[in-house]
Amino acid sequence: MSQSIRSVPKRADSPRSLRGLLADLDWHRYVIYIAFVVVFVFFAVLLGDQGFLTSNNLLNILRQSATITVIAVGMTYVIACAEIDLSVGSVAGLSSVSCAMAISSWGLVPGILAGLAVGLVVGTINGGLVSLLGIPSFLVTLGMLGIAAGVAQWITDSAPQPILDDTFNLAFGGGDLGPLPGLIIWGGLFVGLGALVLNKTRFGRQVLATGGNRTAAEFTGIKTRRIKFQVLLISATVASIAGMLYAGRLQSGRFQWGAGDELSAIAAVILGGTSLFGGSGAVVGTLFGALLIGLINNGLILAGLDSSQQQVVRGIIIILAVALARKK
Amino acid sequence: MTASATAVQMRGIHKAFDGTTVLDNVDFEVAQGEVHALVGGNGAGKSTLMKILQGVYSLDQGSIRIGGDEVRIGSIHEARAAGIGMVFQEFSLVPSLTVAQNIFLGAEPLGRGGLINDREAVRRAAEVFAEMEVHVDPKAVVADLGTAYWQLTEIAKAFGQGARVLIMDEPTASLARHETEALFDLVGRLKARGISIIYISHRMEEIYRIADRITILRDGRRLLTEKLTDLTPEQIVEGVVGKKIEGLRYRDRGHDVEVAPLLEARNLHAGERVRDVSFSLRPGEILGLAGLMGSGRTELARVLFGIDRLESGEIQLHGKAVSIASPQDAIAHGLALIPEDRRAQGLVLEHSVRENLLLPLLDRTRRGPLLNATAGRKLSDSLISRFAVKVAHPGRPVRLLSGGNQQKVVLAKWLGTEPDILILDEPTAGVDIGTKSEILEMIRDLADAGKGVIVISSEYPELLAVSDRILVLRDGTVTDDLPRRGIADEESLQLAVQGVHS
Repeated sequence: MSQSIRSVPKRADSPRSLRGLLADLDWHRYVIYIAFVVVFVFFAVLLGDQGFLTSNNLLNILRQSATITVIAVGMTYVIACAEIDLSVGSVAGLSSVSCAMAISSWGLVPGILAGLAVGLVVGTINGGLVSLLGIPSFLVTLGMLGIAAGVAQWITDSAPQPILDDTFNLAFGGGDLGPLPGLIIWGGLFVGLGALVLNKTRFGRQVLATGGNRTAAEFTGIKTRRIKFQVLLISATVASIAGMLYAGRLQSGRFQWGAGDELSAIAAVILGGTSLFGGSGAVVGTLFGALLIGLINNGLILAGLDSSQQQVVRGIIIILAVALARKK
Repeated sequence: MTASATAVQMRGIHKAFDGTTVLDNVDFEVAQGEVHALVGGNGAGKSTLMKILQGVYSLDQGSIRIGGDEVRIGSIHEARAAGIGMVFQEFSLVPSLTVAQNIFLGAEPLGRGGLINDREAVRRAAEVFAEMEVHVDPKAVVADLGTAYWQLTEIAKAFGQGARVLIMDEPTASLARHETEALFDLVGRLKARGISIIYISHRMEEIYRIADRITILRDGRRLLTEKLTDLTPEQIVEGVVGKKIEGLRYRDRGHDVEVAPLLEARNLHAGERVRDVSFSLRPGEILGLAGLMGSGRTELARVLFGIDRLESGEIQLHGKAVSIASPQDAIAHGLALIPEDRRAQGLVLEHSVRENLLLPLLDRTRRGPLLNATAGRKLSDSLISRFAVKVAHPGRPVRLLSGGNQQKVVLAKWLGTEPDILILDEPTAGVDIGTKSEILEMIRDLADAGKGVIVISSEYPELLAVSDRILVLRDGTVTDDLPRRGIADEESLQLAVQGVHS
């Protein structure tokens, strides 16, 4: 699923010994998985008797990470393409309130369409400004972060918008499918689709090529502007779906939903091994990045740290993991 | 098809940018299985002509036939489909992808459900390399490979996508000597398979070595297309530049060997690459430094200029021992170093020509704590005219200039500091032959004005043309100190460099 293990130019001699294989294996690529296991075992030993290992708690971690995972899958494409999208959190918030208001006025389907429309419109504006006018995505989406959050607050007068449609609440994150919470299924769906498209389709390859060396991609006949437009459209659309997942789980739309998620999503993507400078991306790594953040949050709460201490510890762990994952 | 069939035929090509004619009624023909050299000075139109063939630019008038059929090339895609492949000077690879992924970028083999079949791509890439008779692992990530492999990947990329015509733009610029040899062998094999190669190069010896015919462009027109056997190198150079070139021929300037040395180095030691080096440099003298890669030429320059620390030994200037611990010291003592990689070390590419020129001269254009714009403008304008830098406007970024003109800016920038001693590391790398001649003339003028000049170069003809004396370095030590008059020809210098003594 993730990219093939890098290998050195073939040498004619000697079949590879196990040691040679291990030396060739680039462990930096797997830092996220190692970190995940280490943190997991650490909490399991330390907090085993405080309910960390109960299936309920583990499902909780998955459920709490699911929305960030969904946003981060979209973000993986943007970062692999050497761009950034800071507006995803407020797009999720705006989508949640638009969807909630449309459901109460017109019903289920118009509600979902209204939520999606938020993503499509914001993504088109972001993508258009970046690819057509060449404005750095950092600035465009920083502006859009404020605009989307402001609009969400404005149209609702800062009031929560309750959603009374049970079908919506069940489908978007509130319900379960057998033993599995629906949110986890949504997360899994996005990770699976995201990984497949990035690794196995021409579009995915073109995203990586555009991020890795835009001139080279251009000279290979790839329309790099279009690719940049598309990744920003994808990211905003995915964020709008994440906003509806917030709305369904919490049975309301609020402008605060998703606030600050852009930073968690970026952290998950980078932790997962996607290069901040573009050119390489790993969706499964992103999943584990998001899970690691969820794991840390959960463990620190169980350990009884207050939220200020949690933030400090979380920051330290993220910096450590990224530092270890660097190649040089 | 017979060997003489035409692979590419461009007829009456006309192209103008913003009303300025860049190509005027140019005909260009390449036969099948031919290596065809394309030469011309900066602005002669060769890159525009090639970009039309690759589909980057559209043509205003004229026609293109490939393999006998008239084609319209409107995009890079269409050029590729027509069988045109390009090996870029600045490589067009994505470093984070594997060799196989790069080779099939944009044309990935698809398997079930329209998904990319990477295994098939690896297999086909291996086939392409086998056909080229070179060994490259298709699964290796490009960023982990050396430049020579990058180039092979570039060639495989063009070849693997069915190119029948390969355009190579200065392909040996970043290759070591044995890699160049391997490339020439590969060119021979491709040729034998009926692939045509358009070979763009400034290097005369390479052109004679591998090309069958040559086309010279000048000022947007075709000057001639001839068999190389019918032309002398002098005729080619003259054709490119449009006048007789004097700069590339050795001229005894009769400098004074009796005066006291300007610079005297005694038993210099620094690291692995500078071991017990002693030499002297007189005013008005041009001293060439010859040696293979890694012989310590560049390192010696770095020590003299205070970039690397001198471990032991003594440097004397004007007969007095001095300590040069930093480039600032070196500049204060009247030294200037013009580094090897002008883009990385010599210029701030995004800044204007003027800003670049004034960077080492800020003290001279200052009034109190503020910079004086008028004085700066005057100073930079005088440098631009003195060094004949071709520049549309001194306020434009230096990035937009041609390689030769960038090099002139670097030279002018340092000469503005009025140094006594100049160290030039590969001063003509990557510039066309006309500019090269101008730069060599410039170096002579400087020496005639009483400065001491040290020239480091891996091109023997250039060293022989400009030096009064040549110091041969090997493994960090001076193995020979030869007066120019004592060197018979290029071959004897080459033998001295390789340590073979007759």
